[in-house]
Amino acid sequence: MSRSRAAIAWGALGVLAVLVAWELYKFLGPADGLIVGAVAGETGSGVMILPRTNDRAMPHIWDMVARLFQSASGGDTPPLIVPVVTAALTTLGIAAVGWLIGVAVGALLGLVMQRWRLAEWGLLPWIVVSQTVPLIAFAPLIASIGSQVDRAGTVPWPQWLSVAVIASYLAFFPVAVGVLRGLESPDRIHLDLMRTYAAGYWPTLFRLRLPAAVPHLLPALRLAAANAVVGAVVAEVSIGMRGGIGRMLIQLAGQGSSDPAAPWGPTFGSIALGLVAAGSVALVGLGLRNYRRGEAAV
Amino acid sequence: MRHSTRRGLTVASVAAATAIALAACSAPAPDTGTDTGDFEPITSIKLQLQWLPQAQFAGYYVALDQGYFEDEGFDTVDIVPSGGDIVPQDALVAGDVDFAVAWVPKVLGTLEATGAELTDIAQVYQKSGTLQVSFKGDGVSSVSDFEGKRIGSWGFGNEWEIFAAMAAEDLDSTSVSITTQDFSMNALLDGDVDAAQAMTYNEWAQILEVVNPATGKLYQPEDFDVVSYEDTDGAMLQDALWADTKRLEDPAYADAAVRFLKAVTKGWIFARDNPEQAAEITYNAAINAEAAFPVGPVHQLWQMNEVNKLIWAGGPFGLVDQAAWDKTVKGALAAVNQDGLNLITAEPADSAYSNTYIQKALDELAADGVVVDGAYTPIDVTLTEGGQ
Repeated sequence: MSRSRAAIAWGALGVLAVLVAWELYKFLGPADGLIVGAVAGETGSGVMILPRTNDRAMPHIWDMVARLFQSASGGDTPPLIVPVVTAALTTLGIAAVGWLIGVAVGALLGLVMQRWRLAEWGLLPWIVVSQTVPLIAFAPLIASIGSQVDRAGTVPWPQWLSVAVIASYLAFFPVAVGVLRGLESPDRIHLDLMRTYAAGYWPTLFRLRLPAAVPHLLPALRLAAANAVVGAVVAEVSIGMRGGIGRMLIQLAGQGSSDPAAPWGPTFGSIALGLVAAGSVALVGLGLRNYRRGEAAV
Repeated sequence: MRHSTRRGLTVASVAAATAIALAACSAPAPDTGTDTGDFEPITSIKLQLQWLPQAQFAGYYVALDQGYFEDEGFDTVDIVPSGGDIVPQDALVAGDVDFAVAWVPKVLGTLEATGAELTDIAQVYQKSGTLQVSFKGDGVSSVSDFEGKRIGSWGFGNEWEIFAAMAAEDLDSTSVSITTQDFSMNALLDGDVDAAQAMTYNEWAQILEVVNPATGKLYQPEDFDVVSYEDTDGAMLQDALWADTKRLEDPAYADAAVRFLKAVTKGWIFARDNPEQAAEITYNAAINAEAAFPVGPVHQLWQMNEVNKLIWAGGPFGLVDQAAWDKTVKGALAAVNQDGLNLITAEPADSAYSNTYIQKALDELAADGVVVDGAYTPIDVTLTEGGQ
């Protein structure tokens, strides 16, 4: 019990340290930044080595928090925190769908690649290459295919599904690699033991390989969760989906000159989103505690 | 572990991968209307905007709110905002939407680059609303001062007026350094650029909603030098309504285009006569239906006022003015960007604009007693900090 209390204390201290560092730098740092190598009369020359600390670039923390409780867009609109929470939950839901698709596809690929080495040779390079495709090039393609499928009328394809598919595209990669490595992790001696029992592929898979894969799988799932959130946020922006945190960030950032604290609302929202996503995966790890003996203490 | 090496499976997986790749490549062919004569009227349309919901697009939201689309026989009209990453003309070419709002020079560039065919069926904005804003005393009060300066632009085709204006002054586009600015005005306020791009109806107001640290009050127009591209040879036509040229041969689509334009014209007339109400309708649509986060109501009213000035230039609503079109094409042909590239190299096809549909819409409205060429009386809008 005291250990978990200490963990909470250290966590709070970490957050506090970031807040203090922010305000300390804002207090001490140059308002217009420090630029070296600037040529007089030539705007924008030189390289900025210390960022600006003025209120547009770095609003005070209390201003950002206060902004959360002020009306979102003037008039009768609710406090900013309301749309931030709604948007974050929307994105979380889409990212969760993306995560599930990604985990399913990734696990399937991992299984296939482990079963047939030719499949590994054939697929693994493509899986690696797939992650070098820029998301902003890939997203409109998915959105376009999705809207064509939707218009064809046989299968409904709402816009959020495109976002989920794009999120899954980032999420499947760590799972595929993690599952492959995990399934290949049992020691030779254990595999030989299974063979002396005349166990076939399936019993070996269920009794040896899958349990052994758990310590590799959990970090992969966590990575996939983080990727799914990033993918969902970027995809929302790319295909212009309304209602999520990504779109909100872009919209409020456009007002950054006259309302600099506003874009920090959705920024906090996406941080919370990432924490919740990673935390949920930790719950999966709790359920699989029995299989995690090989791992370092978590 | 022994890997089984079954060749058949490999072949199968390769075949499957190829099939997926091919399926991804081949987009379904756009359905072209072939029936002539009698047709089923189109009752559901999608309109693609080029930016987020704001008073820039008030006429469309008003038409929706006031039931003008229903009056013209449309059951559902979906207005699709863009976060900047949906390119309206691309969405229209792809068939994702039925009509799109886009700037003329951007579409001309797309048409030449892709060979697609779109038609400007209504020129909503008759004038250019682009400004280049600099602090007074920085010596950027005209286009000829651009040389050697750091000029901000949003890019994405918003920069061509700058180059066209420079070309008309015989300035070499490589002599300025064009810097991409984001959609806030921080680049100017922080001194990252000498002059920043701004629209009269949006960013210009945004900068006037910022407190001047020297005075403790909001920045005033007198604090800045403003180059208005409308007064230069670089002026280009902006917000226009575009339709798919090939689809216009389908009588159902052509009919929908006229009905759509009638509703839109009525929407903008409402905005002309009731700017406060139109700004409020748009603001409410933005914060409710669109789940957007527009700058506050005061900013929207400013925007409504400025947009009306660009639309109601004396003539009837939406007609493409031949002289302004030619000026845009001339500027687009002359403009060379900092990388030495042209926007277009040849005149656009004759089908790139047509007054047929808007004229028909205006005639039908005029027959109903609607005044389609009224003048707009500007109102006074006092900006507030943050526009809220």
